[in-house]
Amino acid sequence: MSRVFALIDCNNFYVSCERVFDPRLRDVPVVVLSNNDGCVIARSAEAKEMGIPMAAPFFEFRRLAQHKKVKVFSSNYALYGDMSARVMRTLAEFTPRLEIYSIDEAFLDLSGNGRRDLIAYGREIAATVRRATGIPVSVGLGPTKVLAKIANRIAKRNPETGGVLDFTALGPHREAHLAQIDVKDVWGIGRRWSERLRQLGISTALDLREADPHQIRRRLSVVGERIVRELRGTSCLALEDAPPKKQQIMTSRTFGERVTDHRSMREAMGTFTARTAEKLREQRSRARALTVFITTSPFNEREPRYSNSATRALPGATRDSGELIAAAIDALDEIWKPGYRYMKAGVMLLDLVPESHDQGALFAAPQPRSRGRSSSLMDVLDRLNRDLGRGTVRYATEGLRKAWRMKQEHRSPAYTTRWDQLPVVRG
Amino acid sequence: MLTPDFAAPALHLPLFGDRVAAGFPSPADDHLDNKLDLNEHLVKRPAATFFVRVEGRSMIGAGIHPDDILVVDRSLEASNGNIVVAAVDGELTVKRLHYRRARLFLEPENPDYDPIEITGETDLVVWGVVTSVIHKV
Repeated sequence: MSRVFALIDCNNFYVSCERVFDPRLRDVPVVVLSNNDGCVIARSAEAKEMGIPMAAPFFEFRRLAQHKKVKVFSSNYALYGDMSARVMRTLAEFTPRLEIYSIDEAFLDLSGNGRRDLIAYGREIAATVRRATGIPVSVGLGPTKVLAKIANRIAKRNPETGGVLDFTALGPHREAHLAQIDVKDVWGIGRRWSERLRQLGISTALDLREADPHQIRRRLSVVGERIVRELRGTSCLALEDAPPKKQQIMTSRTFGERVTDHRSMREAMGTFTARTAEKLREQRSRARALTVFITTSPFNEREPRYSNSATRALPGATRDSGELIAAAIDALDEIWKPGYRYMKAGVMLLDLVPESHDQGALFAAPQPRSRGRSSSLMDVLDRLNRDLGRGTVRYATEGLRKAWRMKQEHRSPAYTTRWDQLPVVRG
Repeated sequence: MLTPDFAAPALHLPLFGDRVAAGFPSPADDHLDNKLDLNEHLVKRPAATFFVRVEGRSMIGAGIHPDDILVVDRSLEASNGNIVVAAVDGELTVKRLHYRRARLFLEPENPDYDPIEITGETDLVVWGVVTSVIHKV
């Protein structure tokens, strides 16, 4: 049976999210900055045309942006995450065979749906997402995931397609398009493999398609061979099954200003750990170990550099913020060295087990407080923070001043996740 | 940047996860009904439903007051007589959509306000259709 895959990719996703709620942003240059307002991570078409490059440090073009009236936003992950979930939910109405590939991309397996006119179907998918969520998407269709990805790329770069393209329908133009695509831009190849391929004289997607699969297998493993076969139209990569539960959960931040004192670092670590513990409980897991790390800037040559990490095994698998924070602070105290300007810190929970599987530690010392009480305390804590806003109830270690908090000077409201920040309409 | 040693061997212990139900079943179990859920009542398509807050008094006649929350469904096609949220010249506004003798209006429901006629020059995008008003008394 011939297969059909669609790759749905949101156009300039973060910018599009901002535009849904602020119509004045239409047709003007818009950029979104990374955590801490450091670099450009999303650009509208107008910003691209002005020559603002991806990943450009904000300070380098701040004056240009002011002069040309570029709208600048700090990243607003509460908004982008909610809008992504809406896009994915809308796509899932077309088929249950859906793989969420990233925050703004999904593969749909449309094999055997009985549709003759795939392009019309792709247009219907795009129009439905656009209407339901306000987010514009491009649709690439093909007999394999690699070709669907390539079709999407061609659709994006050729406005006359209306953002929807079926690779199979390209006919004799296929080769010309493949010849224009650098081999490093083929899905799954990347920079390292593309260098190896270039030594073999393979520099475009077309070259790779024409290559001997067995030779590619010898050079790039069986995954490389599969990509060659996918380029030839034979589907080797299926949709992934439901992804396994995350085996690590991490929270890390680059600080708004360098952290130099122990007390601020303890506060930061306490906050990260509390947040990570919330994520742990959201996915109904317990953790058996925890790692904290702190680091100075790796870029500043003039300052002394220091990085270290420490791990603590926990007495039993736990979901208790208090126990996790105590372990994190203990680990931090082991690696803390005064006299450095710390740029970043984080905490990672490891060795996760499902909540229901916990037995406690067989020979552990008596617990400081009963599991039952700890469990209901955590439920109350999570409910309060969910209903009244993050950080309403917190551990003293998390601190109240938070001088280390991230710089986010241009963040838009949490339009879809906070009652006090809803979009305003004129009546 | 530092990363922990993921290659370190994990410690696997046998687990007994299943719980055994014990005790008498509750005689009420067969009669349990769902709790009433306002979301279910007000929101037909969650992916396409947004909440917005009202500012201004132009829709008082339709029972839409300042500070009310509107439930807006973007997936609905706006038709004549619907109350809609629309982007007019870059501003989000709530009004009633009205076709009259081949002319299109956004009409307020308050005699103190004038209808907006949509002409070729107006920059109009219908954002969504209002399906409910949440008004605190």
